[in-house]
Amino acid sequence: MTTELRVSIGAALGRERARVNIRRAMDGLVAKRLKAFPDAEELEQLRDQGRAIRGHAVARLPELLEELERNCIRNGMEVHWAETSDEANGIVLDILRRSGARALLKGKSMVSEEMGLNARLAAEGIEPVETDLGELIIQLAGEPPSHIIAPAVHKDRHEIADLFRERLPEAPAGERIEDLTAAARAYMRSRFQGINAGLSGVNFAVAETGTLCLVENEGNGRMSTTAPDVHIAVMGIEKVIARLDQLPPLLTLLTRSATGQPITTYVNLISGPRRPGEKDGPRELHLILLDNGRSRIRQDPELAATLRCIRCGACMNHCPVYTRLGGHAYGTVYPGPIGSILEPQLQGLGLRGEMAEVSTLCGACAEVCPVRIPIPALLNRLRHESVAGRTGSQVAGQGSRRTRAEARLWALWSWVCANPSRYRSFTRLATALRAMQPARLGPWTRHPRSPANRTQGPPPARSGGGVRYRVVSDAEPLTQGADLRSDRRRHSRSRGQCPSPYRSRPSKAPPRRSSSRTRRRCRRAC
Amino acid sequence: MAKPTSVYFFGTCLIDLLYPQVGLSAMRLLAREGIRVIFPQGQTCCGQPAYNSGYREEARRVARAQLDAFPEALPLVVPSASCAGMLKVHYPALFAGTPDAERAEALAARVLELTDFLVRVLDYRPNDLGPPLKVAVHNSCSARRELRVAPATLELLGRLDGVEALEPDHATECCGFGGTFALKQPEISAAMAADKAASIAATGAGVLVGQDCGCLMNLGGTLARQGLGIAVKHIAELLWERTGGEATP
Repeated sequence: MTTELRVSIGAALGRERARVNIRRAMDGLVAKRLKAFPDAEELEQLRDQGRAIRGHAVARLPELLEELERNCIRNGMEVHWAETSDEANGIVLDILRRSGARALLKGKSMVSEEMGLNARLAAEGIEPVETDLGELIIQLAGEPPSHIIAPAVHKDRHEIADLFRERLPEAPAGERIEDLTAAARAYMRSRFQGINAGLSGVNFAVAETGTLCLVENEGNGRMSTTAPDVHIAVMGIEKVIARLDQLPPLLTLLTRSATGQPITTYVNLISGPRRPGEKDGPRELHLILLDNGRSRIRQDPELAATLRCIRCGACMNHCPVYTRLGGHAYGTVYPGPIGSILEPQLQGLGLRGEMAEVSTLCGACAEVCPVRIPIPALLNRLRHESVAGRTGSQVAGQGSRRTRAEARLWALWSWVCANPSRYRSFTRLATALRAMQPARLGPWTRHPRSPANRTQGPPPARSGGGVRYRVVSDAEPLTQGADLRSDRRRHSRSRGQCPSPYRSRPSKAPPRRSSSRTRRRCRRAC
Repeated sequence: MAKPTSVYFFGTCLIDLLYPQVGLSAMRLLAREGIRVIFPQGQTCCGQPAYNSGYREEARRVARAQLDAFPEALPLVVPSASCAGMLKVHYPALFAGTPDAERAEALAARVLELTDFLVRVLDYRPNDLGPPLKVAVHNSCSARRELRVAPATLELLGRLDGVEALEPDHATECCGFGGTFALKQPEISAAMAADKAASIAATGAGVLVGQDCGCLMNLGGTLARQGLGIAVKHIAELLWERTGGEATP
């Protein structure tokens, strides 16, 4: 069963240089986050707060969105609703056509990636100009982002220097980071002039005030949203929060979790287009609210937690799988742990369900998630939805990954393990046949060696399965394994004569010996 | 919790099949501390493999056999944080809304991971008779994050006078086993295990110790293939061997 995901995983593991770059960057982000939260108690309180604020917003989503719409309109914005990415792209294109724009300045926006906006713009002859340094790098390289907050994290400065030399008119000769950023800045400055429309994402939208909050470090976000005459903000509908006073705890959680910064260099609170007498700001401000499957996710009381996400990327930074693969291997806009719960829900289990399997369920993501999304539990749920018969849930593609072979295997497994005597027979058989175990386990797994064969060179000195022991006490010390084995055999034989299973009442269990201890033992151990 | 006179012991299928010496060491250790250890024959597997693969009904069927196997209100000691986590954290969720919900809650409340039991309940003070030994520690993710009992292993190693416990770099990171993950995603699993093995080797320790046989199996295989001569032991084995218990042949 070679899938696209499996192929890309293999390829990603083979790209040694990117792996080293990603690991180094993730280690750096992990260390910065750790330093940014020196007070564990404060962190846990903040996470409680973050969870409550975001959980509350998701629970009240319809009314908050209406309130947001009302207040944004009152602030002079135009509000658009898009059910799908296609609709959202159509709205963007309409606005651009009306304003006559031939190019679009883009602040960093993952929702625009979700929409596949750049490809749509290019198809219509409109040039998308990425203004975030990381986004610029990957745009020049013709790649998608590999991380939601650090899109070019898989590249080192040598690669970037090569890329700039090839693609930028005034690239520096050397590979110093300062020179590279200066070259990017000079290039950006030239682009900011003369482009009449800008597009940004939204980190949080405040319903009660109709305010859009946008955090960034480079100033390109502010440029893209204030220099052009038209600003289009795109956001997933889940990004709304109820009140302005909920913003500070979320902002501190976001920036400290993401990059370990107490606050980003720029915090933009956008409350409308340019007002009479103001010297800058866009003349038109459009807010596009994209659903794209989020309403369906919200219908499920457990999976709705996915929508609490504030896109800090901490789950990726701490994920041992992401750290080794990078974002491209997932083949989706949102990679890593959050992507592995979000994408299967957005795109359906049939297409993306396998992502939920690309996790050891180690829990590192949930441990750092600023809004306490129980990612491993949701991965488990999605695995269940993938293979279970009708569950009555709304998850797209429910049951689509069930294969007869795997279902039979688990049915057989449970038939064996739900019954102690069958289990004992199985373990005895497995022990006896271990020497005959094939090096390859067949199509169920492509691993060249079975788990048993992956263990230390010499197999466990005393084979298991046959070893059964029941009651050990200080009065009856166990000394030799051989005794245990013979004890078990004796006991197995006696089981045939024991009319009642261990759970029957003691009075029904016939004593093998006369002592009361033995009687207890038989009752418990049969 | 006061020291109990009797406990149930859950052997776990992995120990039963591949590492019986771990189960024996743990039970003998407890018995030597004057505890009556009951190993009901009705126990099989906690059901986690099916549960983590999405097969909840199959997992429930197997889990129900464990509810049957430990009927009395005795502590249930488990020499694996992963299986203990399944019993303690996931059984209540697995049986929620079923007629067995109450039994599952009751069982979950009685579950104690072995090292946690040794430190918190028994306050076990081993008399270390072994030679000086450098030991690398690997705490499983279940011990660290699900049950939060990881400090117990370090605590126990600290109580062994001759043992120097060393934590590898990236100590909090998963070893890549993840149950069926190792079978379904062998390439990533192997990459993670290789990194972990390198970190362990860098400590200079001759022995790797942990509280979960799943991780130890994964890492033991990787270390063996690298031929670095690093032995792998469950904490119960190490404790038993260094306190005068005979090594299991």
